[in-house]
Amino acid sequence: MNKARRNPANTLAMHGALILYTCIALFPVFVILINSFKTRKAIFREPLALPDADSFSMIGYQTVMKQGDFFLYFQNSMIVTVASLFFVLMFGAMAAFALSEYRFRGNTLMGLYLALGIMIPIRIGTVAILELMVASGLVNTLWALILVYTAQGLPLAVFILSEFMRQVSDDLKNAGRIDGLSEYTIFFRLVLPLVRPAMATVAVFNMIPIWNDLWFPLILAPAEETKTLTLGSQVFIGQFVTDWNAVLSALSMAILPVMVLYVIFSRQLIRGITSGAVK
Amino acid sequence: MTALTLSNVCKSFGPVDVLKNIDLTVEDSEFVVFVGPSGCGKSTLLRVIAGLEEATSGSIDIGGQVVNTVPPAKRGIAMVFQSYALYPHLTVHGNMALGLKQAGHPRDEIERRIAEAARMLSLEAYLSRRPSELSGGQRQRVAIGRAIVRKPKLFLFDEPLSNLDAALRMNTRIEIANLHRQLTASMIYVTHDQTEAMTLADKIVVLRDGRVEQVGSPLELYNNPANRFVAEFIGSPAMNFVDADRVGGPVGATLGIRPEHARIGDTGPLSGQVMHVEKLGSDTNVMIDLGRDSRFTVRVFGQYEIDPGAEVRIDYDTARTLLFSTEGARIAS
Ligand SMILES: Nc1ncnc2c1ncn2[C@@H]1O[C@H](COP(=O)(O)OP(=O)(O)OP(=O)(O)O)[C@@H](O)[C@H]1O
Ligand SMILES: [Mg+2]
Repeated sequence: MNKARRNPANTLAMHGALILYTCIALFPVFVILINSFKTRKAIFREPLALPDADSFSMIGYQTVMKQGDFFLYFQNSMIVTVASLFFVLMFGAMAAFALSEYRFRGNTLMGLYLALGIMIPIRIGTVAILELMVASGLVNTLWALILVYTAQGLPLAVFILSEFMRQVSDDLKNAGRIDGLSEYTIFFRLVLPLVRPAMATVAVFNMIPIWNDLWFPLILAPAEETKTLTLGSQVFIGQFVTDWNAVLSALSMAILPVMVLYVIFSRQLIRGITSGAVK
Repeated sequence: MTALTLSNVCKSFGPVDVLKNIDLTVEDSEFVVFVGPSGCGKSTLLRVIAGLEEATSGSIDIGGQVVNTVPPAKRGIAMVFQSYALYPHLTVHGNMALGLKQAGHPRDEIERRIAEAARMLSLEAYLSRRPSELSGGQRQRVAIGRAIVRKPKLFLFDEPLSNLDAALRMNTRIEIANLHRQLTASMIYVTHDQTEAMTLADKIVVLRDGRVEQVGSPLELYNNPANRFVAEFIGSPAMNFVDADRVGGPVGATLGIRPEHARIGDTGPLSGQVMHVEKLGSDTNVMIDLGRDSRFTVRVFGQYEIDPGAEVRIDYDTARTLLFSTEGARIAS
C-alpha cells in the first residue's frame, strides 16, 4: 500500500463517499422493505416512516401467499434463471474458446455473426419465436423461456469471454498439450478457472434482465404452472386499483434470490488465482 | 543414432512463409542452440518440432520415427516455456505429476521420478507449494522439473532464462549444462543471449527469416562464419565492417574485423576520432568514428584510459580479418 492511501483523511473521505453512494443506492430498496410491513393507510400517510405498533401489518405478505401459488412462481423464476445462466455460460465459453483458440476458415465471420446479436434486440423476433414454440409444442413450458434467454445471452457472453480467453497464455495451453491433456481438459481445467472473473461478469449481466423479464413469460409461458415471479406479481397491479401491500411484499421477496446469486458470483469476481501461472 | 531429423520443413501462416526448407539433424545427446534475430521463426520451429503447430510440408523424424501426425504428448519430447506456463491450480508436485498421470504411469513410478527431479533441482522443500508461492527462479526450476520427469528423448527450451535476473541466469545456465551431462538426452535451446549460446552449445544453428544461415560449433561460427550475417550475429561486441578499398582491398568488398583483434596505436591503416568509451572493468570497449558513416569498436583487455574526442589510429591482425562480397557472401582474402 502506498502512503497516500494510508493517510487517515483520505481514507475517511474515500469511505465517506462510498457510504454515501451505498445509502443512495439502497434507499429505494429500504423504502420498499419498510413499506411492505405497513398497512395500506400508513404507506400513503407517511411513506418514509418505519413501521410501528400501529402501522405494522403483514397483510401484504398474507395476500401474496393466498393469491396463486407464489412459491411455484418463485421456483419457476429460479429454474429459468439458473438454467439459462448455466447454458449461456457453458455454450458461450465453449464458443469463445473455439473462436479464440482455433484457426479455421470463417473464424472472423463467425465471430461477427455471433456479435451481431448484441445489436439486434431479440424481442424483434417475438412473433417468429412464438410460432417456433407453438410448432415445437414448447409453449407454456419453462424450456421455452430457458431457450430464449440462452439465445439472448449468448452474443454478449461469446464477445466478452473470447476477449478474455485470448489473453490466457498460449504457453499454458501448449504445456497441457505436451502433457497429454485433451482439448476438453484444457478447456475445463486450465482455461475456465482463469477466466472465472469474466464468467461471473457475464453471469451478473445476464441474471438481472432474465429474472425481471415480463415480456417472454407473458407471451410464451403464461399458464399458471409456468408463471414466473414477475408475471405472477402482475395480478396485484390493476388498471384502476393496485394492491400496494401485495406489490411491495412480492417485490421484497423477489429481491432475496437474486441477492443470493449475486453474492455467489461476486465471490468469483474477487477471487483471482491467476497469479503465478505465468511470469 | 540421430535424435531429430528435419527434412525440408516449411511452415506458413496463410500467405506468410515463416519457415522455409529447414534441413537439420540433432545427434543423440547433442546440445543444439537456435539463435537469430527476433521474429526469424525460432519459436515456430520449436513448436513445429513439438507438434504444437503442424508443418505445412516436409518431414519431422524423432528417434527414427516420422512424427508428423503424432500428437505432442506421444513424441517423446518435453518443452520448457519462457513464461514457465505452470498450472496455477496445482502444487509443484501436481505440476510434475500431471503428464505422467495422463500417460498412465503407475503411482510409485511417478513418485520416484518426482523425487529424483526434485533432488536434482533442489525443489524438495517446495513440493506442496503452488506456483504463486514461488520465486521466478524456483518457478523456472519447476518448469524444468516438469520436463525432466517425462524422461524425454529430446528437450525443447524456448528462451527459458530470459525472465531471470543476471545472477540467477548464470546459475541456472550452469544447472542446465549439468543436467545435460547427467541426463544425456538431446536438447534444443532457443536464446537471444550470446553467452548462453556460446557456452552451452555443441552446435549452433543461426536462423534468419525462416532459413538456416549456418550450422556449426560455437568456435567454428566465430572463426569461420559463412557470411556477413553470421559474422555480425555471433560475437559481442559485434564484428566491425570496413569498406575494403580504404585499406587497399577490392572495391565494393567489406572487410570484417573482430573488436578483440584490433589495437589502438600510433600507427595503423585506419584512423578516426573516439566517440564513446565503455569501461567494463575486465575490458574496455572504445567506439571510434572512422568518417564516411562508419564506426569501429576496439576491445582493449583490462582497463584503459582514453577520452572521447581523441584522434587515434587503429591497427589489426591482417591474418584474422574476413572479406565479404557486396551481397554478404564470404570471399577468400
Ligand atoms: N500464429 C501466427 N500467425 C501468424 N503469424 C505468426 C504466428 N506465429 C508466429 N507468426 C509469425 O512468424 C514469425 C516468427 O515468429 P516466432 O515467434 O517463431 O519468432 P521468434 O524467432 O521466436 O522471435 P523471438 O525471438 O522474438 O521470440 C513472426 O514474424 C511472427 O509474426
Ligand atoms: Mg520466440
